[in-house]
Amino acid sequence: MLDDKILFGYTGLFNSPNEIIRAAEKVSDAGYKKYDVNTPYPLHGMNSAMKLPPSKLGYAALIFGLSGMLAALAIMYWVAVIDYPLIIGGKPFFAFPAFVPVIFEVTVLSASIATVLTMISIFFKFPNISHPLHDTDYMKAVSSDKYGICIQADDAIFNETEVKNLLEKLNAHEIKPIYYDDNEIKHKNTVFEPRFLILLLFVALITAGATYFAMNKLLYAVPFNWMETQEKLNVQESSVFFSDGFGMRNPVDGTVSRGNLPYQFNGNPEAASTYLKNPLFPDDKNISIGKAKYDTYCSPCHGYFGEGNSRMRGQFPNPPTLHSEKVRNWKDGSIYHVIVDGQNIMSSYASQLTYQERWAVVLYIRVLQRSLNAMESDLE
Amino acid sequence: MSTIDFTRELPVIEGRPSLREIDDIIAKPLESKPDIKYYIALSITLTMLLIGAVALGFSFYYGTGLWGNNNPVGWGFPIVNFVFWVGIGHAGTLISAILFLLRQRWRNGIARFAEGMTIFAVITAGIFPLIHVGRPWLPLYLIPHPNQHSIWVNFTSPLLWDVFAVSTYFTVSFIFWYVGLIPDLATLRDRTKNRIKKIIYSVTSLGWRHSNRHWQHYEMVYLILAGFATPLVLSVHTIVSFDFAVSIMPGWHTTIFPPYFVAGAVFSGFAMVQNVLIFIRKIFNYEHIITIDTLERMNKIILLTGSLVGYAYAMEFFIAWYSGVQAEQFAFLNRAFGPYAWAYWIMVTCNVVFPQLFWLRRIRRYIPVMFVIAVFVNVGMWFERFVITVTSLSRDYLPASWAYYSPTLTDGAILLGSFGLFFTCLLLFTKTLPVVSIAEVKAVVEGSQPSHGDH
Repeated sequence: MLDDKILFGYTGLFNSPNEIIRAAEKVSDAGYKKYDVNTPYPLHGMNSAMKLPPSKLGYAALIFGLSGMLAALAIMYWVAVIDYPLIIGGKPFFAFPAFVPVIFEVTVLSASIATVLTMISIFFKFPNISHPLHDTDYMKAVSSDKYGICIQADDAIFNETEVKNLLEKLNAHEIKPIYYDDNEIKHKNTVFEPRFLILLLFVALITAGATYFAMNKLLYAVPFNWMETQEKLNVQESSVFFSDGFGMRNPVDGTVSRGNLPYQFNGNPEAASTYLKNPLFPDDKNISIGKAKYDTYCSPCHGYFGEGNSRMRGQFPNPPTLHSEKVRNWKDGSIYHVIVDGQNIMSSYASQLTYQERWAVVLYIRVLQRSLNAMESDLE
Repeated sequence: MSTIDFTRELPVIEGRPSLREIDDIIAKPLESKPDIKYYIALSITLTMLLIGAVALGFSFYYGTGLWGNNNPVGWGFPIVNFVFWVGIGHAGTLISAILFLLRQRWRNGIARFAEGMTIFAVITAGIFPLIHVGRPWLPLYLIPHPNQHSIWVNFTSPLLWDVFAVSTYFTVSFIFWYVGLIPDLATLRDRTKNRIKKIIYSVTSLGWRHSNRHWQHYEMVYLILAGFATPLVLSVHTIVSFDFAVSIMPGWHTTIFPPYFVAGAVFSGFAMVQNVLIFIRKIFNYEHIITIDTLERMNKIILLTGSLVGYAYAMEFFIAWYSGVQAEQFAFLNRAFGPYAWAYWIMVTCNVVFPQLFWLRRIRRYIPVMFVIAVFVNVGMWFERFVITVTSLSRDYLPASWAYYSPTLTDGAILLGSFGLFFTCLLLFTKTLPVVSIAEVKAVVEGSQPSHGDH
């Protein structure tokens, strides 16, 4: 029965650190390459006894540390100089001294993680919990208080009797062969077994469900609701607080909003013509404001020059010309009154034009009128 | 006693225990059922944790208005607690990395536990900046990543450096801790008779075989990690101090802050480690592993860092006077004699006066007194952060906005909860993982290393 098993190697145990160092030296001198020493803690001098070359992990740390450092610098440079340049605290975009802390931290982080992962996965080939030595009495001894040596059967000069003799000559205790575990060798890949696939399905469902719950439900529950629902009334909402049920309230009677004196002459053009005076001086600036506003709001019906030639193509009745005797003789207040209060079919333009703009439009209308009825004195 | 041979190092582990005995004594807490005292301790810490959790729940639901933070003291308790807990964490990495590089073999007995404390302290500390931002469920924006707003974090801000420093510190400490645990987990794997434990230890030990071909790289990686962790541990509290020092607040804007904060962090961290170790060595009978000599050495470090902190307090006053800046001078007079004078003098008494008792050898080696002094140190160090944060903010450049900060009940409950979290983690740690490194202690037992003469 033993012959069916595949030999992994021969092991022997020692009681003291000095013995194991001597044994390692002898085994190494005998020309064995594939052997290992197992000790509960690192022994000083064992590396030279086994003639091991120095560990090359330092290079991994150097490479990964430098890569992390350069990557951090490059990302910060790209962010701060190229993608979204922003002056902060009067510093240049590429504020190198202020980048140093982050560069340092990223260097340490990437070097530490990568070096340890390199050691575990590349140097140790871990995780590996099915090594032939696992769970043997040998392993249980060397993980506690014994010092062991193991010569592997796949060594080029391995010979069962010679190895046994060598270990006996070194006064090793419990010289034992270690075999590969049959069950583990014959163990088939279980990834496609239905049991595992069902497990995967459950994991997928639970992950998906948890993600859905977190992203779509939890994030919108109080208080994590991104302030979507707030204890306030929005426009047009009803309220039980007020007796009329409206959420929106009218301003208190007599409220005047800033910059908006109420117009006093509604329906009273005579008073407007008597009492209103144009406060604006007819200079370039005011007239050009008036022209801009006239062209925007008045010209669709009145025409660009006030002749009543509407661009509305009959969809709206054409107004009379502004160059008539009547309008030319109106006082400024009368024109202002029409703009604010409307006249006949024309509605009020008070909400389109501010106080200043209305008077500017009046100035511009005066300019238009004057241009068609120029006097001799204008030539002077 | 007349002549002491200083060329011979004293044994760090007393009584020459056999290697098997070391396994037994360190694995004992993991292999025995917890006793009633453990449950009593756990119920106390869990109650504290629950109080903190309820206070946090209220804070999340009703908002941070439940705290004392207000204009002009916007930083208040959360930042005080953050700096305090990050400071506590510094002892672990100092012990595991710096003392390792300095070949201080006495560290082997206490390194694992101190590293564990580092991790739990940084976890506890990490909570406070998150809750202080008011919306702790949006921490992703602390990390630079492409997002729908197409904006980035501000790489020139100390607060952003903090994010990198604390998260790096936590990750590297955790890796350091875990790398140290691998051989011990393998030893436990080979000891245990329990099937479930065996699976857990097998997976977490990754298949460690105590092979010398592995030990060789393992020792190298430990050295590399120690080399990285040493500047890292100094950088973390330096960057935390930048949060203050880079601003223009009087009392904060000083170049002494980085070394002063690092010394303070080591000071409070060692005090906390010493406090807890006194219990651990008593309860688990580790008196010969964590010896009175080890405690004495820790007390010497407390004395050293305490004196450094005291020097910094004096130097701050000197520089305030020497700089000739009125606002700076006022800030320090206000600290010592203003409305927070009570906090300032608690800080000075606890941090500068009491640790000086450690000049006496008898006090350094007398457990009840050293315990009380270390408790005072931590009280003092908490008040140091309180004094720095609150006095400067409460009386800044603009007298019209001056106000007296007083914390609320919720603030206090969250602070209590942070202690609950820390000690709950520690208690669970003592029962789930070896609190003393088995492999490292074996390596420093007398006779465990080959005598190089006879071969």
